[in-house]
Amino acid sequence: MSESAKKNFNVREIREQFPALRQQVYGKNLIYFDNGATSQKPQLVLDAINKFYSKENANIHRGVHFMSQKATTEYEESRKRIQRYINARKSEEIIFTKGTTDGINLVASSFGELLKAGDEIIISAMEHHSNIVPWQMLCMRKGLSLRVAPINEKGELLLETFKQMLSKKTKLVAITQISNTLGTVNPIKDIVSAAHAVGAKVLVDGAQSIQHMKIDVKEMNCDFYVFSSHKVFGPTGIGVLYGKEELLDAMPPYQGGGDMISRVTFERTTYNELPFKFEAGTPHIAGGICLGKAFEFLESIDLKAAEEHERSLAKYAEDILDTFEGLKIIGEAKNKTSVVSFSVKGIHPFDIGTLLDKQGIAVRTGHHCTQPLMDFFKIPGTVRASFAFYNTKQEIDTFVEALEKSLNMLK
Amino acid sequence: MSEIKQREEELVAEFELFESWMEKYEYIIELGKELPLLAENEKSDELLIEGCQSRVWLKTSGNASTIKFQADADAIITKGIIALLIRLVDNIDPKDLVQYNFGVVQAIGLQEHLSPTRSNGLNGMIKRLKNEALKFC
Repeated sequence: MSESAKKNFNVREIREQFPALRQQVYGKNLIYFDNGATSQKPQLVLDAINKFYSKENANIHRGVHFMSQKATTEYEESRKRIQRYINARKSEEIIFTKGTTDGINLVASSFGELLKAGDEIIISAMEHHSNIVPWQMLCMRKGLSLRVAPINEKGELLLETFKQMLSKKTKLVAITQISNTLGTVNPIKDIVSAAHAVGAKVLVDGAQSIQHMKIDVKEMNCDFYVFSSHKVFGPTGIGVLYGKEELLDAMPPYQGGGDMISRVTFERTTYNELPFKFEAGTPHIAGGICLGKAFEFLESIDLKAAEEHERSLAKYAEDILDTFEGLKIIGEAKNKTSVVSFSVKGIHPFDIGTLLDKQGIAVRTGHHCTQPLMDFFKIPGTVRASFAFYNTKQEIDTFVEALEKSLNMLK
Repeated sequence: MSEIKQREEELVAEFELFESWMEKYEYIIELGKELPLLAENEKSDELLIEGCQSRVWLKTSGNASTIKFQADADAIITKGIIALLIRLVDNIDPKDLVQYNFGVVQAIGLQEHLSPTRSNGLNGMIKRLKNEALKFC
């Protein structure tokens, strides 16, 4: 059977698998357009959470008993599934973390130990605070310098300027694949090859990309890739750091504790091998297993069609919103994903978000944890509608009506 | 009945007339529009009530027997909410304000603005109003 024959993409069928979408808020059918913040969970994941705590709950990696063995197997199978999904070379390169922020902090702390005063780290002007602050803290601690690659008014990275910023001093480029605020898709392969040409490593923040496109870390050739489970239809509190094995091997452990050790005496401790070296303490076992289920779900649908559907939703919404007087779309990159951020002249985003909420529509308002980006656009924040493949054009029509109503009230 | 309780009852009675969320919010927006603005140069950082999404400035004057407030905000709903609070506690004895529990918020159905993550900072506004009153007690 061919790939396309065994997988299909039918929005109605997909929606049926997400119980959270079938509810009312304030007596209105919920329209969930806050997928950039977190995604809803398919039944497969919900069932797996229930099953784990009902039947399989045991600590992993140490117990000799039946349930512990079973939980360990499932947890490690999940790691392998994730490895296959993002096309990492080995499952040892898949480190379970608490999420994207945790993954970035792990790299900042541990890879950061290998850096010395005078070294440079480059980020971009569109980064989420969690891909800014850990580097600022590292730079303060180690006397490194943090440089920021600029963007244009459309919210696109100035690739040539970025390349000119690279030098032998550059040790790491930490950049988002997709901007959470603008939806801009960055040219990661170009960024990686330019960075590698000067010997710098690249960390890709995949928090907003893993759920929207096929990720292939081997093809991307990035050195680190981080993402959160909850944005890719899995549980909260778990995420993944992918790192190239030779790099992870060279890095010191992040946190000390159980599971990450090989042998402990009071004089000296030797560390466990990858991936356990970076996984101190009892992990979020249910989270790890159920994140695997989220990928199992994704493997069952036609991702290419899903991505096209998402992009068509964004285009549809933007074409209508463009006709609104005083409304400006923030983020007009040529290559962008299903994020529609906008501001309306003379009206605070908070007011719009509050009135949309009363009409059953969940959007995000504010600075989206990208305050420097808001400063760049000289706005206090935006209203952001971020779509997932389970959203529909009908929902956008309802959203547009609700937005019109809100703006009329606020004028 | 204390002045503050009387005002609270009036406000609750007024809100009971609203039949839909729209009417309620239209009224709050109206209150926001009617609130006299603070001059730009008055909006100093000291007057700012820290909130995540919208900014609110609160200016206080008074003495041991009366406290007065002026406010402004950059989001109109937030401004309406602070206007509503000021209507309750403006020109009263600061000691009464310190003891007042702001149960009115629940009574008029604005409790959704009270959760810690609701970034218009209704909690912050209430705390600031009380702290300002304490200074005169």
